[in-house]
Amino acid sequence: MSLLSIRDLAIALPGGADRRYAAKDINFDLAAGEILCIVGESGSGKSMSANAVMGLLPEGVNAVGGTITFDGQDILGLSEQQMMALRGRRISMIFQEPLSALNPLMRVGAQIAEVFEAHGELVGSERRARALTLLKEVGIPDPESAIRAYPFQLSGGQRQRVMIAMALALEPEILIADEPTTALDVTTQAQILELIEDLRRSRGMAVIFITHDFGVVADIADRVIVMQTGTIVETGTADEVLLKPQHPYTRALIDAIPRLTRHDEVAPIDRKTVLTVEGLNKTFSTSSGTFFGKRRVVKAVQDVSFELYSGETIGIVGESGSGKSTVGRCLVRLINPDTGRVMVDGADIAHMSGADLRDQRRKMQMIFQDPFSSLNPRARVSRILTEGLIAHNVPIADAMVKARALLEMVGLDPSAMGRFPHEFSGGQRQRIGIARALALDPSIIIADEAVSALDVSIQAQVLDLLADLKTRLNLSMLFITHDLRVAARICDRIIVMQKGRIVEVGPTGKVLHDPDTAYTRSLLDAIPGQDYERALAKAE
Amino acid sequence: MIPFILGRLVKAGFILLAILVFNFLLIHAAPGDPAAVMAGEAGAADAKFLADLRERFGLDQPLYIQLWTYLKGAVQLDLGFSYRQQMPVSELIASRLPATLLLTGVAFVLSLVLGVTAGVAASARQGSWGDTIISMLALLFYATPLFWVALMASLVFSVWLGWLPGFGYETIGAGYTGIEHVLDVAKHLVLPATTLGLFFMAIYMRMTRASMLEVSRLDFVKTARAKGLKRSVIQRRHILRNALLPVITLAGLQAGQIFGGAILTETVFAWPGIGRLMFEAINQRDYAVILGVFYISGAMVLLFNLITDVIYVIVDPRIRLTA
Repeated sequence: MSLLSIRDLAIALPGGADRRYAAKDINFDLAAGEILCIVGESGSGKSMSANAVMGLLPEGVNAVGGTITFDGQDILGLSEQQMMALRGRRISMIFQEPLSALNPLMRVGAQIAEVFEAHGELVGSERRARALTLLKEVGIPDPESAIRAYPFQLSGGQRQRVMIAMALALEPEILIADEPTTALDVTTQAQILELIEDLRRSRGMAVIFITHDFGVVADIADRVIVMQTGTIVETGTADEVLLKPQHPYTRALIDAIPRLTRHDEVAPIDRKTVLTVEGLNKTFSTSSGTFFGKRRVVKAVQDVSFELYSGETIGIVGESGSGKSTVGRCLVRLINPDTGRVMVDGADIAHMSGADLRDQRRKMQMIFQDPFSSLNPRARVSRILTEGLIAHNVPIADAMVKARALLEMVGLDPSAMGRFPHEFSGGQRQRIGIARALALDPSIIIADEAVSALDVSIQAQVLDLLADLKTRLNLSMLFITHDLRVAARICDRIIVMQKGRIVEVGPTGKVLHDPDTAYTRSLLDAIPGQDYERALAKAE
Repeated sequence: MIPFILGRLVKAGFILLAILVFNFLLIHAAPGDPAAVMAGEAGAADAKFLADLRERFGLDQPLYIQLWTYLKGAVQLDLGFSYRQQMPVSELIASRLPATLLLTGVAFVLSLVLGVTAGVAASARQGSWGDTIISMLALLFYATPLFWVALMASLVFSVWLGWLPGFGYETIGAGYTGIEHVLDVAKHLVLPATTLGLFFMAIYMRMTRASMLEVSRLDFVKTARAKGLKRSVIQRRHILRNALLPVITLAGLQAGQIFGGAILTETVFAWPGIGRLMFEAINQRDYAVILGVFYISGAMVLLFNLITDVIYVIVDPRIRLTA
């Protein structure tokens, strides 16, 4: 007898959406103590299906058919009042971005205690005591001070632990985890996965784990459901689905996963240096502003030096806060480095200003992480692509011709010129971002987490595009990423950063398989799905 | 917190000084001086009389000396002498300030309480008839000129219905004391404070409504629902508190504006505050009084801004104090 049983569930989207159903013909069972992973790309309906179980579908989206049976009753037939009694007590949920999922104005302890209040459990001081126990249980360091902290005072991993503590407060039978580790660093992700696994074991709790990451699936799933555009295309035990996928879509997804073991051999490089960075330093200080207050100082980049050769791709990897993005921003002078030299073509960009800087800037262009916020929503693609050219005195007509050619180069139809960014998918927008970066014929591209926001299949396409453009245009690239798998796929050399310093530099194969430092080793060990990758390689 | 407030007060002092200098120069840039106006009104505009007047008021001195004399006085709260009212300006303002603070204070609280309540009510019924009616009423008060609403309120509730007194601060000659006096003033306060408050209410209502709707779409509201909390608790504890942040910013800015609104309201309702004092002073070219009122209202706005910032820090733990 399963704990939760979903039959023929159909979730309708509001009129005017690109399809009628967010999810349709959804059938699955969840047994007590089981971890069920729902995998799929964005728009596959995986989150909607899980939200339906909580009765938390967004406004305008409704379950229009089928049944969700939990503990003998159909959840879809319950009143809001009855659903409230279930939520938090018998079924709990955690979300992707723990910072936004916590109320910024409430102390962590109060937010946990609220769960008891909602269900009329315990009284004031007992609630606080329980909250403290829960924080201890989810492994928060110094729970006594954490309970009084506001969410912004905790790290990403600690916030997600708080969310988990909150979800576990009343010992629910089911935990729904919606991409709970996607926003976290790889080492933190590994810890959170271990925590969920432990809790499942110690409490016999069933988990519905929604993710797009097959590595994570391989590490924790008992059973797997693969979804594509609103329907389940494959379901089975973890081993069946991961090692013997039946459906072509599942196979394509698995094939798109970048492998640590499969990176291109370093191409012979003609060793011409295009960029030399020497002794780069950047310190951020928040002034307290008052006469007596103390300043907080963060050394974001410390003594960073390296050389980038013509046609080479260097990956800069590290956890959040390691300073990798700050390095990228210093190089293009989005922020000004304190000291150090950034030599391009014999000129030091770090200490240039005015017309000289504007002129040099065209040689180094940046691609950003978020294809949604990095394009001006009010500007048509034609303006996005020609703005830089026109600023550098290219006649408008010539700029337009060039923009069309750029769109073709990145695999988009030139008819895209007249459209706005919101009319494109995430992958298409990132292509526009790449075209924009290429408009000024740069010799160096700095890609800051350029594929992190994309689904794996799209990610694979964009990485291929970048690799192809790199050879065709003889570009050199700095690829800033937190994802070692992505780095493995595209980089010739890898720089590992920790707390603002470079801790290791070397050829990709060496850094990934025979690292010199313990820190790199710990990053590598934390990557999910490594056993799976070996099994997959053996099967092939 | 204390160093922050001290730092801000020092800064406010400099700003106030700049306001004084700027206003002083502005007034002296206007053609004609008080002596010419006085002489003209006295009907004796010969050069000797004018020169005598100028000497008497120090207007024959170079501008920088006049400024220096004025600033020196202003620091000691000596704002000069009103030849019209035959009184020191500071005494004049001190006698009028309490009435204005009462009026603007009550109007401010009223506009904020009504505005936020109406905004919450409208957002809870987004798109319904209730929402439309609340929004339209609020806009009506905002779009109608303040003096018109004041005149109509006075006509309807005072002249026609005779429910409330239509002018003044208290019943003159009644000689009320104690609680009777308080009630008398309160009765006189109802029309001017409501008129002024309703105008500013609309802004808070729109802001609260928009902010509530925006916050209700944020992730932590979903977390709150996932905990099994009641809708009313989520509204109050999670949505409203976060939605109030922009309203607080706005209220700080509006606190200065409400002084401007007080000039019209006080004039229509013959409320003996500094707004009306200013109105009279402008008509009479009583420069010393005009400058004095600018000084005091400038100081009030700075004070309100500081209070807003302090409240903001208390409400939002993420804000670090930077003076």
